[in-house]
Amino acid sequence: MQIKPILAALRRHKAGTVLIVLQIALTLAIVCNALFIIQQRLAHLSEPTGIDEANLFVLSNQWAGEPMSKAQIDAQIRADVAALRQLPSVLDAAPSNAYPLRGGGWDTFIGLTPEQVQPTSDAAVYLGDEHLLDALGVKLIAGRNFRADEVGSVGLRENVIPPVVIVTRELAHRLYPDGSALGKPLYAMSATPSTIIGIVERLQTQSVDAWQQAYAYQAMLWPLRGAWSSGLYYIVRARPGQRDAAMREAPKALYAQNRQRIFDAGDGGSFAQIRARAYERDRGMAILMGVISAVLLAITAAGIVGLTSFWVGQRRKQIGVRRALGARQRDILGYFLTENLLITGGGVLLGLLLAVGMNLWLVVRFSMQPISPAYLGIGVLLLLLLGQGAVLAPALKAARVPPVEATRSV
Amino acid sequence: MLGYYFRLGLRSLRRNPALTALMVMAIGFGVAASMITYAVFRAVSGNPIPEKSERLFTPQIDSWGPQHNIHGEPPYALNYVDAMALMRAHQATRQTLLYPVWLSVSPEGSRGLPVGANGYAVYGDFFPMFDVPFLYGGRWSADDDQRHAAAVVLGEEFNQRLFGGANSVGREIVLGGHAFRIVGVTRHWNPRPRFFALWGSGGFAEPTDFYLPFTRAIDLKLDTAGNNSCRGQPDFSGWDGWLQSTCVWITPWVELDGDAQAAHYRRFLEGYAADQRRAGRFAWAPNVRLRNVVQWLDYQQVVPPESRIALVVALGFFVICLVNTIGLLLAKFMRRAGEIGVRRALGAPRRQIYAQYLLEAASVGLAGGVLGLLLTAAGMSGVGLLFEPQIARLARLDFSLVGLCLLAAVLATLAAAFYPAWRAAQVQPAWQLKSH
Repeated sequence: MQIKPILAALRRHKAGTVLIVLQIALTLAIVCNALFIIQQRLAHLSEPTGIDEANLFVLSNQWAGEPMSKAQIDAQIRADVAALRQLPSVLDAAPSNAYPLRGGGWDTFIGLTPEQVQPTSDAAVYLGDEHLLDALGVKLIAGRNFRADEVGSVGLRENVIPPVVIVTRELAHRLYPDGSALGKPLYAMSATPSTIIGIVERLQTQSVDAWQQAYAYQAMLWPLRGAWSSGLYYIVRARPGQRDAAMREAPKALYAQNRQRIFDAGDGGSFAQIRARAYERDRGMAILMGVISAVLLAITAAGIVGLTSFWVGQRRKQIGVRRALGARQRDILGYFLTENLLITGGGVLLGLLLAVGMNLWLVVRFSMQPISPAYLGIGVLLLLLLGQGAVLAPALKAARVPPVEATRSV
Repeated sequence: MLGYYFRLGLRSLRRNPALTALMVMAIGFGVAASMITYAVFRAVSGNPIPEKSERLFTPQIDSWGPQHNIHGEPPYALNYVDAMALMRAHQATRQTLLYPVWLSVSPEGSRGLPVGANGYAVYGDFFPMFDVPFLYGGRWSADDDQRHAAAVVLGEEFNQRLFGGANSVGREIVLGGHAFRIVGVTRHWNPRPRFFALWGSGGFAEPTDFYLPFTRAIDLKLDTAGNNSCRGQPDFSGWDGWLQSTCVWITPWVELDGDAQAAHYRRFLEGYAADQRRAGRFAWAPNVRLRNVVQWLDYQQVVPPESRIALVVALGFFVICLVNTIGLLLAKFMRRAGEIGVRRALGAPRRQIYAQYLLEAASVGLAGGVLGLLLTAAGMSGVGLLFEPQIARLARLDFSLVGLCLLAAVLATLAAAFYPAWRAAQVQPAWQLKSH
């Protein structure tokens, strides 16, 4: 295939060529970055929480009516969880101050000595009793669970530091990288030490925001019931397959205990709901980028079809002459395919620069990750295939131009 | 003549229905994507109080020091001690402290279940400072603040829910087990973003249910429903210890008239911080900030990055659609070079060629705009899939957006058509006539 005549012909269609090159370049820049954003968001929203999501639900319980004392609230919480645990559809239940993917909550700095000024880590705090591990369904991989006699309660703005804590493997590793965390102390913004008595495999933090990414699995469990006037969460784990039944029965069982309470429907719920809420932005962004990429590729393909069709129409006579002089149909087909390859190739080269530039802007402005070369490769391949696919129909039409066309005047 | 050109244009467009449809769809999709993302962006990035945003400031005082502050910036809120000191000094025209509270309420007369209500503990100046409109009654007085009065102002929606919208001023309401006397009911008021209580909230919540005196809320030990942030090794235990601690949870606002007063207030803050250093409370040089509403919105990054990225990508998409349209129009126009040659030879000036082809392009743009409008309307209902509900709800198709949509489509298409039309007008009559 001769490239020179193709270039010569393109020189006569400078404006059209430049426009297609530009369109392909811009499309590549946007599609590469969009695909990369989609991948990042999907990876983010499929991070595991480490808990038994299929059977879990969370009841957001707020206290109503006459203000209660700390002792009254604590007694009510004990009665509530006892009632929940008696439900036939419930495997276990525990009170807590938070749940994974809640979207924010209590976190505290941790040091290894009482005098330490710059903390070793930040960690999410989950309050609960000796049933919390079972209720969440997290796996204890070392040490032991809390004993019932270790569980206390904490009232409004009391600053209680528990003598024993359970930490996640990630946090244990961050604090004691040599793997010796069990039995060692940690200092949670206090001069009082807390001894690590257990390590769980995985438990995600309450926030999935970007700032939390560095601490995503740094969490700890404190043996405390939050007897605050505001309220708390009941984390309920249903027996397999009975979650919906448990979700219906649990509020009734609690109202039977005491009607002076409010369940906040916008907070908690089944874990499917919680997960959907936590990752709304990520899912939305992935959908938007997907739709824009798809429509963009369609429009670019249609643009190539349209413009090439015009060129074919314009050149019918020349094609006829070539055919009359002995060119075969596949030569004509090859001509248009090669022409498109050259144009798309030019567009792709320019597009790579634009794609990297756009990614740099996203990195600087929105602290996103630098794009991986794989996505540039996928984008380039996609557009080259798109160009060839789009040009095929007009090129076939051109190949069918009969040699006799050469003898006809326009 | 223009009518004739319009008919000519339509005839030309009808000759290649597929191509015309492609151009109309490209413009339609491009303008719709831009409009939908712009509607969301406009909703989240607007100035919530344009008349006064230059005069309302939130003071920040670094009570944490260089070891604990936020990369050199003071904490986002004040602790109780500093907050009360600012109120006592009273160096501003108007001033308030605020924090969010959540209280339960039992609907009157019914034996139904209690419901939750969201409100703020504020000072009486809050209402005139932020131009809160009243339906019934009004603010509580500075005297009420002093007396820690059990007064409350309800929001219109909350008053509707509890009292069916009747004038409830003077009645009593029990919130969280405590009795309050209703002194006012606001009209619907929900500035978005909710600039005055950004810390710890997304800024796009439902309208506020009630406002009660800050001084009373402290007496009743109403805990904050918002953020509380501590540093170091807080060694307090209980409510009073918490109030005296360096934990921050109170947002202060001051109204200052003009640059002179703002400069004065800044000096006052520096002086206050220097006094605290002399008194031994702070062991570091004064580190204070005084940001107005717009600066505060910017600093707190209220506009979600998703919204900005989506807008930029959508605009890029629109540009590509336009490049696509330029190419197609160019091909379309140049195919009629012979026709143009004849017209020019018969004496048509270039101006007429421009008019004819730009009109043809404008009709494509208008059709694209109408399609874009339909797509935008359809997309608005799908916005909930793309953004969080409280933000998606803000985006709506109003009159200005409809106008902008059509205008953007037509103007962008005209701009895109300019080069093809110019090329058409440059056609040499002699050259075209010769080749035929």
